Amino acid sequence: MSLLTAEELYGGYGGGDILNGVSMHVDAGEIVVIVGPNGAGKSTAMKALFGLVNVRSGRVTFRDEDITRLSPDRIVGRGVCYVPQEANVFPSLSVLENLEMGAFIRKDDYSAQIERVFELFPPLKEKRGQAAGTLSGGQRQMVAIGRALMLDPSVLMLDEPTAGLSPKFIDLIFERIQEVNASGVSILMVEQNARHALSLADRGYVLVLGANRHEDTGPNLLADREVAEMFLGG
Amino acid sequence: MIDFLQIVIYGIVLGSIIALGAIGVSLIFGILRFAHFAHGDLMTLGAYFALAGVAGMSMPMFAAFGLALAATALVAIGIDRALYSRLQQVSPIILLISSVGVALMLRSLVQMIWGPDNQVYEQGITMPWVFAGGLRIQPTQVMIVGGAAGLMLLLHLFLQHTRFGKAMRAMSDNPDLARLSGINTERVVILTWIIAGVLAAAAGIFLGMDTRLHPIMGWKLLLPVFAAAIFGGIGKPYGAVAGALVIGLAQEMSTLVLPAAYKPAVAFALMVIILVWRPTGIFRGKVL
Repeated sequence: MSLLTAEELYGGYGGGDILNGVSMHVDAGEIVVIVGPNGAGKSTAMKALFGLVNVRSGRVTFRDEDITRLSPDRIVGRGVCYVPQEANVFPSLSVLENLEMGAFIRKDDYSAQIERVFELFPPLKEKRGQAAGTLSGGQRQMVAIGRALMLDPSVLMLDEPTAGLSPKFIDLIFERIQEVNASGVSILMVEQNARHALSLADRGYVLVLGANRHEDTGPNLLADREVAEMFLGG
Repeated sequence: MIDFLQIVIYGIVLGSIIALGAIGVSLIFGILRFAHFAHGDLMTLGAYFALAGVAGMSMPMFAAFGLALAATALVAIGIDRALYSRLQQVSPIILLISSVGVALMLRSLVQMIWGPDNQVYEQGITMPWVFAGGLRIQPTQVMIVGGAAGLMLLLHLFLQHTRFGKAMRAMSDNPDLARLSGINTERVVILTWIIAGVLAAAAGIFLGMDTRLHPIMGWKLLLPVFAAAIFGGIGKPYGAVAGALVIGLAQEMSTLVLPAAYKPAVAFALMVIILVWRPTGIFRGKVL
C-alpha cells in the first residue's frame, strides 16, 4: 500500500514553477531515494510533500487522505517527519532539549523514544546536556534525525543527510538510516552521494527540471547506463 | 568611597529597571524578528495602570501592581492581534515603523486619560535606611531590585524547565524548524507578548516608584533599554540582563565626571561602541 503519494505536482516558492509534474510514492517499509542534477527540484519535490511549497496543481495524499494544503505542523501530527538539509537543529538548546522539541506535540510519556534514539546514536547520550550548536557536523546530523524520530513517524524524509560529512560519518549515517528503516519507518531521501544511496534503496527516482525522468529499483538504476553516465558521474 | 557605593546602588536599581524592559525587547526580537519601539510606552502604560489602581480605585499597592501587570499583558496581546500579527508577512522594517506609531498612540492615550503632569503613587517622603558611613538605601530601592530579581528568576525557570519555555528558546533559535517540529508557534508568540507585557509593566511601575510618573517616562528609557538589549546580544534574554546592569551602572557612574543630563548620551555611546566593536553583543546574539 502506498503510504505517501504525490501526483503530478506543479508549483514553487512564488516565482516560476520549480516542479513540473513530479509524481512519486513511498510504500510502507521502503527506502526511496531521489537523485538528479543540481537544480532538478529534488529538495523542492520533497518539501512539497511536507507542505512547504506552494503547490499550484496536483495532489499529495497520506494514507489516502489529501494533505496537499495542510501546514507542516499538521502533517507532522499525522506521522510524517522531515529533516531539512541545513539549520536542522536548535543550536542553543541541549541535545536532550532538541529531542524534546521533536516530541513537542506528544502528550504521552516519550522517555522510551528518547532511549531508542540514544541507542541508535550513542554519542548523543554522552552529550545530552551539551548545546547542539557546539557538536560536530556528524553529531548534529544525529540530533537532527533523532529529533525527527521522536514522534515515531511512519515516514521519515531526509534532505541530503550526508552533505558535508566526513566519509566515516557518511557510512555511519547511512547504516543508521537502514536501521531506522528496519524498525518499520519508511524513508524518503534526497542524496548527493547517489551511488551509495541507490545501493541501499528499494526504489529511486531520477528528476530532471522538476519532472520524473527515470524510476526504477535501486540496483536497476545503478545498472542503467544512461543514468550512470548522466547523473552518477560515469 | 561611600559616594561610590551610593552610586553603585543607584546603578543597580536603574539596571534592574532597564533589565526588565530589555528582556522583553530581546525576547520579542528573538521570536518576531523586529525591534519593538513601543516598548517604552508599554512601560508607561503599565505604570499608569498601577496608578489607576492605587489612586483611582484606592486598592492596596500589591493588588494594583498585579492588576497592572495583567492589564498591560492583555494590551500587548491586543496590539499584536490587531496590528503586528497582520504585518508579520511583510518586512521587519514595516513592523518597526508600525511600532513607532503604536508608541505615539500609547503615549497620547496615557496623556489624554491621566494628564501631562508628574504624579506619584504615594504622597510624602519615606525615610531611607542609613548605614554605617552614611550609606542610604530607600525601602523602595530594595523592593525594586528584589522584585526585578524575582521576576527574572521566574522567567529563568520558565525558559529552562517548561515545555513552552523551551519551545520559546527553540523558536528564537530557528523558527522554521520549530514549525516543522510541530511547535504551536502562534501560542509561543502570544506567550512572548504576555511575558514582555508583564515585564514592561513591572519596569514602568518600578520606574514610577523610583522617580515619578510622567507620560514620557518610558519613551525616555527606551534608549538605555535598546542599548542594554544590543549590548547583551539581541535575542538573548540573559545577555539583556547583563547589558542592563552595565548600562545602568555606566549611566550612574558617569555622574561622577559628567553632568547628569548626559546620562542618556552614555547609554548611546556604549551602544555605538558595542555595535562597532562587536555587533552581535557580548553574548553573541543576532544582528539587527
